[in-house]
Amino acid sequence: MQTTTNIENLFRLNRLPHIWCPGCGNGIIVNAVQKAIYESGLDKDKTVIVSGIGCSSRATGYMNFDTLHTAHGRAITFATGIKLARPELNVIVLTGDGDCAAIGGNHLIHAARRNIDLNVIMFNNSIYGMTGGQFSPMTPHGRLATTSPYGNLERTFDICKLAECAGASYVGRSTVYHVQLLVNLIKKAIENKGFSFVEAISICPISYGRRNKLGDAPKMLEWLKEHAVNIKAAQKMEPEKLKDKFLIGEMYHGEAPEYTQLYDELIAKLQKGAEKDVR
Amino acid sequence: MKTKRNAQLLQGNQACSLGALDAGVRFYAGYPITPSTEIAEFMAEELPKVGGKFIQMEDEIAGIGAVVGAALTGTKALTATSGPGFSLMQEIIGFAAMTEVPCVIVNVQRMGPSTGGPTSPAQADIMQARWGTHGDHPVIALSPGSVLEAYTLTIKAVNFSEKYRVPVIFLLDEVIGHLREKVVLPELNELEIIDRKRPTVSPEQYKPYAVDESGIPAMADFGQGYHWHVTGLNHDETGGPTGKADVINQQLSRLFHKLDQYRDEITLYQTFDVEDAEYLLISFGCSTRSSLAAVELLRNEGIKVGLLQLQTIWPFPDHVIKDFTKNKKGVFVVEMNDGQLCLEVERTIGNRDLLSRINKINGELITPQEIIDKVKEVAL
Repeated sequence: MQTTTNIENLFRLNRLPHIWCPGCGNGIIVNAVQKAIYESGLDKDKTVIVSGIGCSSRATGYMNFDTLHTAHGRAITFATGIKLARPELNVIVLTGDGDCAAIGGNHLIHAARRNIDLNVIMFNNSIYGMTGGQFSPMTPHGRLATTSPYGNLERTFDICKLAECAGASYVGRSTVYHVQLLVNLIKKAIENKGFSFVEAISICPISYGRRNKLGDAPKMLEWLKEHAVNIKAAQKMEPEKLKDKFLIGEMYHGEAPEYTQLYDELIAKLQKGAEKDVR
Repeated sequence: MKTKRNAQLLQGNQACSLGALDAGVRFYAGYPITPSTEIAEFMAEELPKVGGKFIQMEDEIAGIGAVVGAALTGTKALTATSGPGFSLMQEIIGFAAMTEVPCVIVNVQRMGPSTGGPTSPAQADIMQARWGTHGDHPVIALSPGSVLEAYTLTIKAVNFSEKYRVPVIFLLDEVIGHLREKVVLPELNELEIIDRKRPTVSPEQYKPYAVDESGIPAMADFGQGYHWHVTGLNHDETGGPTGKADVINQQLSRLFHKLDQYRDEITLYQTFDVEDAEYLLISFGCSTRSSLAAVELLRNEGIKVGLLQLQTIWPFPDHVIKDFTKNKKGVFVVEMNDGQLCLEVERTIGNRDLLSRINKINGELITPQEIIDKVKEVAL
């Protein structure tokens, strides 16, 4: 087991500086993921980070583990193969809102349905940043993007609800303003034996904020601070007061059998049966 | 003692599955599709018995994604599909080629394009097997002409993918996939099984895409402490992305040509009655069988015909084609498509006048009589 006493060892420092724009929230999320890994005491040798395609998915290149930067939308499929082939590995998936909610949406549903022990962290910057600012499934209704120049006609989407309904046994949401909460949610996701989904709301001042006149990065962080309400606090609030707010915190935590464990039990059962046959 | 090695009646898809197991495949991910489904069914039943893993994914893209993921952990992995699913897999087949992850994709060919004829045979994915994914890339494609070959060549396919770190396309067709034949499988201890080369250096010294004279980099299993990066982006020998033109050129030149020095061992074929042949049939897969029947019947009539059966389709065996077509009065390419393999033969021999196409695209097998008629048209 390779333990680490210094969080810097979790980074490939020689690959820095990163490619993200000034003011991008992705670095904060990567930091939160690393802190969660570090504080959870995961064995670095037994931890694999998988990503798809997009701004957020470039994170794997900077992280010092076995890392896999896959095809657009497909990170969860590769991660499923890794986890099923080697259940002893901790598998963390870093993905974006386009990667996970659009092109990869079906894989999210089915991995959640199987409750396979993956930890999916979805960076939600509300936009396709790498291609220059097209709307994604997570772009709120009415917002401007290069492909919604008259305002987004599509409805605002709650992907945490989707993950929960599809069968994820752990679901959380935080933001790049609420970093300690984000770290805690990711730690709980790692701890959960089953499919865990954490939505990390990020900021993209360049390709999203600018077009929608949301101000610079500090201003966008302030917006997150003012509009996020913890789910526990929300339970005691009047619906009126929650009108233009969104919820953060632990959205769901349930118990369900985990897929690779069921498969290993099947193998054990079949192989025990085979031994009997020989006798 | 009776073993499964005794003579038995086996279906082509089953023989392929057995070959995969005997070659050491311990992971299967895929999506049901006719006429390949028996492979998934076999794997679902047999893999857990030997400690392997089967998973039915939500689509074929997920199937090949999971296979590549499993392969990165050091597990031999395979998926099976047919035309529409094979089309869906193309992007990740390119990923496997680019990142040099060993895996086998069985494509039990059916009629296309589109849904085409799900239960009808065709051999029309020859070019897709070679060029289905975007960009230049190395690939190996094998095609069996019998149930026994479905077994033996699947083992070759797994071995090739491991040794050369390439995706290998296994081009079955509906006829061979669903054909039942009596076969006697070779004993397990007679089989040559190849495992990928692993690094012998420490993780600190490991460069995932650095090569020796073999041209094939050593591959660490995920989970062994090597902490390496795998990306479909252009990358340097550390595995990290690069935009440097000279590095990209060096890496891609090696990638595109890494199979060149192994051409002879990758090229598999069989010949029938070629020694004194004046006319040559070139075929593969199920059409080999009609061709072989035609050779026998034509020879009974005194027409000296031979048959070259290609088992390796890609890389295209130019040298074999050149050798066997030398001094022939006529060459006939027999295939269930509109002339895909024939394009390569034509390119190789450069003499159109020598060539005749024998094609069928209606989902029915090419009959020996159809081949006989065409040969006679030219020969008499």
